[in-house]
Amino acid sequence: MNLTEHLPALQVVVPMLMAPLVVLMRIRGLPWAVATATSLMAFAIAVGLTDTVIDSYSATYEMGSWRAPYGIELHVTRFSALLLLIVTGASTLALVTGRQSIDAEIEHDRQPLFYAAWLLALAGFTGIVVTGDAFNIFVFMEIASLASYVLIAAGSDRRVLPAVFKYLIMGTIGATFYLIGVGLIYMMTGTLNLADMEARIHEVGELRPILVAAGFITLGLALKAAVFPLHAWLPLSYTYAPHIVTAFLAACSTKVALFVLLRFDFLVFQQNLSAHELQFTIFLMPLAVLAILIASGVAVFERNLKGLLAYSSLAQVGYILLGASLVSVPGLTAALMHMFNHALAKGALFLAVACLGMRFTQLNLVNLSGVARQMPWTMAAFVLAGLSLIGVPGTAGFISKWLLISAALQEGALGVALVAIIVVSSLMAVVYIWRVIELAYFGDPPESTRPVSEAPGWMLVGTWVAALMNIYYGVNPALPISLAGGAAASLLQHLP
Amino acid sequence: MTSELQVLIPILLPLGGAVGIAFVGRRYPNLRETVTLVTATSLMVVVWALLPDLLAGERPSVRVAELIPGLAIEFQIEPLGMLFAALASLLWIVNSIYSIGYMRSNNERHQTRFYVLFAVALSAAMGIAFAGNLLTLFIFYEVLTLSTYPLVAHKGDGKTVESARTYLGILLATSIGLFLPAIVWTYHVAGTLDFLPGGILADNLTGPAVGLLLALYVFGIGKAAVMPVHRWLPAAMVAPTPVSALLHAVAVVKAGVFTITKVVVYIFGVDFLVTESSADWLLFVAAFTVIAASVVALRQTNLKRLLAYSTIAQLSYVVMAVAILKPLSEMGAAIHIVAHAFGKITLFFAAGSIYTAAKKTEIHQLRGIGRRMPWTMAAFTIGALSMIGVPPTAGFVSKWYILAGSFQSDNHVAIITIIVSTALNALYFLPIIFYAWFSREDVAPANDHGEAPLAIVIALTVTAALTVLLFLFNQPVLDLASQLGRITK
Amino acid sequence: MELFGLFNYWAFAIVLMTGFYAVITKGNLIKKLIGLSIFQSAVFLLYITMDKVDGGTAPIVQKGVTDQVFSNPLPQVLILTAIVVGISTTAMGLAIVVRIKECYGTIEEHEVQNLDRDS
Repeated sequence: MNLTEHLPALQVVVPMLMAPLVVLMRIRGLPWAVATATSLMAFAIAVGLTDTVIDSYSATYEMGSWRAPYGIELHVTRFSALLLLIVTGASTLALVTGRQSIDAEIEHDRQPLFYAAWLLALAGFTGIVVTGDAFNIFVFMEIASLASYVLIAAGSDRRVLPAVFKYLIMGTIGATFYLIGVGLIYMMTGTLNLADMEARIHEVGELRPILVAAGFITLGLALKAAVFPLHAWLPLSYTYAPHIVTAFLAACSTKVALFVLLRFDFLVFQQNLSAHELQFTIFLMPLAVLAILIASGVAVFERNLKGLLAYSSLAQVGYILLGASLVSVPGLTAALMHMFNHALAKGALFLAVACLGMRFTQLNLVNLSGVARQMPWTMAAFVLAGLSLIGVPGTAGFISKWLLISAALQEGALGVALVAIIVVSSLMAVVYIWRVIELAYFGDPPESTRPVSEAPGWMLVGTWVAALMNIYYGVNPALPISLAGGAAASLLQHLP
Repeated sequence: MTSELQVLIPILLPLGGAVGIAFVGRRYPNLRETVTLVTATSLMVVVWALLPDLLAGERPSVRVAELIPGLAIEFQIEPLGMLFAALASLLWIVNSIYSIGYMRSNNERHQTRFYVLFAVALSAAMGIAFAGNLLTLFIFYEVLTLSTYPLVAHKGDGKTVESARTYLGILLATSIGLFLPAIVWTYHVAGTLDFLPGGILADNLTGPAVGLLLALYVFGIGKAAVMPVHRWLPAAMVAPTPVSALLHAVAVVKAGVFTITKVVVYIFGVDFLVTESSADWLLFVAAFTVIAASVVALRQTNLKRLLAYSTIAQLSYVVMAVAILKPLSEMGAAIHIVAHAFGKITLFFAAGSIYTAAKKTEIHQLRGIGRRMPWTMAAFTIGALSMIGVPPTAGFVSKWYILAGSFQSDNHVAIITIIVSTALNALYFLPIIFYAWFSREDVAPANDHGEAPLAIVIALTVTAALTVLLFLFNQPVLDLASQLGRITK
Repeated sequence: MELFGLFNYWAFAIVLMTGFYAVITKGNLIKKLIGLSIFQSAVFLLYITMDKVDGGTAPIVQKGVTDQVFSNPLPQVLILTAIVVGISTTAMGLAIVVRIKECYGTIEEHEVQNLDRDS
């Protein structure tokens, strides 16, 4: 057996094993170095797995050589490869870029614990993505969530504590709902293996416990994914978390929950079961539309920069859900592309925010008046990523919006209405991004403050790498499109 | 034979210039201005070098990247784009000379930013001119909007930023809210966005949908300032004069009418629109804008605002000429883009010259100023005559073709509009010229000023000369325009 | 008989809702956590109930005995894991409450909100 066959397992095992080791490291800088190296290795594994699934469609791995459906099976598809790239990429870039920012926000003697939590979160997220076992997903989800609570609670503002408490309560309720749903399915099918479930659910698909399970699972995961109106935990947590943590979590945490949601909704509760239509067209699509409009509207009036971006994230979750709720290959492709592109844009934006955070303790918009003159590189990266968020052509954001609009247009009259909503919300995105840009470039610095200097060079490098990736994948989106397209096709056309 | 690189150089060159300007920066202002001028001159050389091959019938194109199958970033050189690019690259040189004089004598802030963004705007204009499909055009259209916003907001005080926000708000909102959906719709029904002679929509769309799609385009392309999306143009008057010249003559509004022309000719196809009665409204809207803007211009007291409304009227001339849908009028539209550019840049240069030398901005202050500033006012006179369409100026040539096109199709609305608006133009320009030359100053100015700085005078003399020369030697422009006319036949 | 047969499921639903009610209505953060624990415990009950096989005993394989009926061991294992998760969550929540008490001097939700609004 060569090493490539073990990649699915290593993807999770490496960060998980390194986490306790990091706790023991007391030498300054060492935890960061080890965590970064681990994250980099996870990224390399993700790239290797992507390579495999592009060639041979999917890779499976049986833990401890127990055959599925008895043992736990790891299953990497194009869909999971896309998510793995997002998660490990975001983590690596955030760690590489953010060392100074973390040093500034986290006390030195707590850093080993911080980095250990980071690695656990990474292991949790990747675990959710690669595993093919419904209960295993729950365990990894809770590992990731608990680690996220720790990471967020490391924020220096005391307001982070009530925020993270709220997140903990809502996150646990979501996970428990999910657990109830999985239990009901297990009761009806006698299996926890997703592929096996898919095969067996036909016989019992119309029975009430399955419908109830679908309700519980959808609701629980919607909570984790911050689908409107179950989003209340997200804005404050993102606002007061350490900047780098926000950059990491904003890029991947809600998307991983959405990943599980889509996997359940399309693989397990298949589209040919009776309640599927109802779930998407009647339930999720209106929620997606509301999320897009209301969250964008709130972002327009938000006073805190991170809060503004957090509300924008909620709107983006709406876009992803909207694409999925069209239940068509183009729609789903658009949704998955938007996962990738939004991770690029939001990651870059929050890294730029972290650069600003090096010089400002309060990131209220008024404080940032005129900052572009003092921090030109930071703000230029912010503008670039902001354009991608708006969806200006030439940036990654444009590709997914284009796909989303053309997918919606295939739906006839309803599609035209959806296009109108997408257009309106894009204009709202222009407004809220532009508020920041205008203030930073054309506002006068507040009288009382001292002039600030540009962010540290190394952080700028990382931020710019993220920003330029928005351009690169806006011009050459072949890789994410092939992953997203393949994933969408397999989610919808897996049935004979 | 034109190589692929030759197509890309006009777009990359100003970008390189922008980097160079930023690099040299504030420390070496002389070097910075030299870089600007060198870039501008070499841009003109490379653009004009493309002309012979084009006239010989070549249509060189480059595909840079394919985003999604059928959706690519692609450039192609064709007559209309060539005309726009040649015009913009020529006027950039003159405008740069003028900018140097204007910015220095008025001690403007952020001069490096000004020159950098100017170069970026030119790069965007070249991208619009040579775009091979609608998507590419749209990208550069947005780049042009974004890069000119800081130029409009140059002064940076509250009122300026407010106006600049109107500028940006209208242009971005219309382009994202109307133009982009129109593009998506086109792609949805036609499966392509390429500019093809004869259009791509002919077999894919019928009935009222055609009129609706055309409306999305016409109002989505806010830079063409067809009423009611014209408000950004007067708002942008807060910009320094060289920027106004950029907006009104070199790039921005020209990009607008150029895009509309291009959409009508290469996306809809003239023959197709002739058969679709649901698209007839365009002519009336354009005619209304011509008359309404001229009437508003009559009531203006500020010189630059008057010029702004005059521009709105003149732009709709182009749109109207396109909407007549006859080969001669399409030619007239192309020529009018050039003619108006020469005339209007002269007028703006003159207005800026007066502001620099005398600090005067209002029309009633201009009595007797012709004696102090004879060169400036002479240029102003030529520009104004061209706006009215009096020979021997460029405006006459284009009006001639537009009129000829209207007679070809017995289009009474167009004929009457042209006659009425000519009268209105005369009504608001002639008094200014008359009082400037033939009446005395009410009060002597505080400083006994003469002409504006030399750079400014040179620039406006050159553009005034171009306005006259285009009347006398218009063969190259006609050649290009007639190639366009041939497509529309 | 039918009603009695579903007794455990009724119990599950009642315990679940009791916990959920506490989480939503109580302003005291500790009480919220207690509610959350009750809420999670209900799920344990659900899993344990479904693994019961009529007449089955503990799943211990004995040599020579072949007709033995076992309860399903898998949900029991699962729920052990879930219990661990529940404990960690509660511990984490309590740790946050301690920090909230340190920073705000109170663990009443509305008082915390008022303090933030003032500052």
